[in-house]
Amino acid sequence: MHVAMDKLFGGREGLVGLAILAAVIFIVMPLTFDIFRLNLVGKYLTYAFVAIGLVLCWGYGGILSLGQGIFFGLGGYCMAMFLKLEASDPESTKIQSTPGIPDFMDWNQLTALPWFWEPFHSLSFSLLAVLAVPCLFAFIISVAMFKRRVGGVYFAIITQAIALILTILIVGQQGYIGGINGITDLRTLKGWDIRTDEAKYVLYFLNGALLIGAILVGRLIITSKLGRLLLAMRDREDRVRFSGYDVSSFKIFVFCVGAMMSAIGGAMFTLQVGFMSPSFIGIVPSIEMVIFTAVGGRMSLIGAVYGALIVNFAKTYFSESFPALWLFLMGGLFIAVVMLFPNGLAGIYSSHIKPKFAAWRARRGAGGGPPLPEVAPPPEPAAPKPAERPAAAAVPRSLAAGIQSEPSR
Amino acid sequence: MDGYSASELANIFAMQAFAGVSLFSVFVLMALGLAIIFGQMGVINMAHGEFLTIGAYSTVMMSILAEKYMPSFLPYYFIFAIVVAFIVAFGIGYLVEFLMIRHLYRRPLDTLLATWGLSLIMQQIFRSAFGAREVSATLPEWLMGSWQPIEGVDIPINGLFVLALTAFLSLAVFIFLFRSRWGLKVRATTQNRLMAGAVGISTPMVDRITFALGCGIAGVAGAAFTTIASTGPTSGSLYIVDTFLVVVFGGAGSLLGTFASAFSIAQAQSVMEFFMSGSMAKVLTLLTVIIILMIRPEGLFSVKVRK
Repeated sequence: MHVAMDKLFGGREGLVGLAILAAVIFIVMPLTFDIFRLNLVGKYLTYAFVAIGLVLCWGYGGILSLGQGIFFGLGGYCMAMFLKLEASDPESTKIQSTPGIPDFMDWNQLTALPWFWEPFHSLSFSLLAVLAVPCLFAFIISVAMFKRRVGGVYFAIITQAIALILTILIVGQQGYIGGINGITDLRTLKGWDIRTDEAKYVLYFLNGALLIGAILVGRLIITSKLGRLLLAMRDREDRVRFSGYDVSSFKIFVFCVGAMMSAIGGAMFTLQVGFMSPSFIGIVPSIEMVIFTAVGGRMSLIGAVYGALIVNFAKTYFSESFPALWLFLMGGLFIAVVMLFPNGLAGIYSSHIKPKFAAWRARRGAGGGPPLPEVAPPPEPAAPKPAERPAAAAVPRSLAAGIQSEPSR
Repeated sequence: MDGYSASELANIFAMQAFAGVSLFSVFVLMALGLAIIFGQMGVINMAHGEFLTIGAYSTVMMSILAEKYMPSFLPYYFIFAIVVAFIVAFGIGYLVEFLMIRHLYRRPLDTLLATWGLSLIMQQIFRSAFGAREVSATLPEWLMGSWQPIEGVDIPINGLFVLALTAFLSLAVFIFLFRSRWGLKVRATTQNRLMAGAVGISTPMVDRITFALGCGIAGVAGAAFTTIASTGPTSGSLYIVDTFLVVVFGGAGSLLGTFASAFSIAQAQSVMEFFMSGSMAKVLTLLTVIIILMIRPEGLFSVKVRK
């Protein structure tokens, strides 16, 4: 039991990281921001779901998907369709020529609800669809690709093309799914108004809790044997295959998990922001989601959340104040993160801040004695997660062993 | 199809097919550079569309210069503009390879992200330098108008010009790759990088020149692009995904495959555009390409390459 908990929370260090993140989400943010800004933070945190999914797919699995917006969008649309149907009951749409169907259908001379909208009258079906539709879609894509050993750059390009196709399709089908405007004017969830301040608070906290849950699921995956296999596959796929593992199944699994996480983010986005449109699906938003993960650290689940928060804060700030500067900054970020900090913020933390912090702790523990030499291990290019670092990193830690017991693993 | 006589329908079909040929030319011009780069180095250059834009903007600049200082030169400037577009794009490509791409050869996925960042920066530079509005070059008189081979069929001259340019450029690339000493080095590096290095070919230099050449071809594509459409900061990125699909569909490293796939994608798209909405035509075309790619991931024509 103890071992299982240790795995789930990533030892003492992981637990502290998670606690700090939880404190930031649940205490610091609500106290510092008013409800308008908090709602914005909630919106950023929905992108963090995508970023976490990408840590699993890209950081661990080595599968770069440039189409995570597809799943974000599908999840969001499934939620939006339910909310839209509830908002367009015959009573409130009686001025339309066909009451009881969503307004954009009426504008496009549709007289009956299309068949694929029918099941979205039910909340439980919609919630299931939020997970099942993107998962099924991801399953189809990944089976077709990975079973035929297509990967790497090809996979990235094809996911990007699919994101483009889906956008064009939605924009072209104005009458059926709302076109370029998306599905707007969402009001209530089972009679509960989602536009009030109180509802926004509730949704924000629900979103945060789901996010912590997603991180724990991610931890479970990467600390299990599956996670080890993913890493091995990323580095030497053929060796894993020759060892008798069915490589494609693992890839399909992790891609579907990533897709479902994105979909949860999309659904929470719809609930908090109150609409869903194709502008969250296409090529540009999809590749921006990759930069959240890259900035936070492609090997760190918690880092990905901070990455999503920081990049989005910067985006909002700069595009409000210096719109011309933002694209330069964004472009520079892509290049810098790839060329200078391949492991993002988490990498900077574990190679620069953590050793100093450990040395400081050791110094303080020694009771004002002579300062210990700071032995900072050289950062490895593709360093594993801090908690899984081999003994080389433990030099400063073992010096501090007098006061701090190593987490048993 | 009511209201059209058989001959009118045939004429429309012919003109639609020619529209497809124009699209085919743009695809080929863009895909040629991309195919060379991707085929040789396995690098996907997301900023390729921006090199097209560079070529287009330098053509526009040339046209403005010609108009201002040498009005008598205006009918001929376009030929020079093509050369300038090539040189500018080649030079910038050379620099980009030197500063960025060569550090990332071992990480193709990261190259994709870094070049995407580059494309964002380049777009913003275009926007700051030339403004967000689209600009167009003053075309020489001989490029305007249309040619009527038979009654009821109008073939635009600029389309024919772009087609001719495409043919010329493809031939040049073909000769460069398969009949020149340098092309031999390029092909040797593609087939077996280690052995090529062992027999004394400087593979990093081959890479750099190939990358720059691909960018230069994109620059020429940009010059050709100004004859059919106006240029904005994001014109190049409009075609980038289609071009990737063209290259992947054709089979990496196969020039013949690139032509075949550019032709089939362009024709399918423009002929279908007549029967349904433009967006549905595009969706259907791209979807078909992706489904074929799922069945045959190596593309139409594949070259055996030792990795």
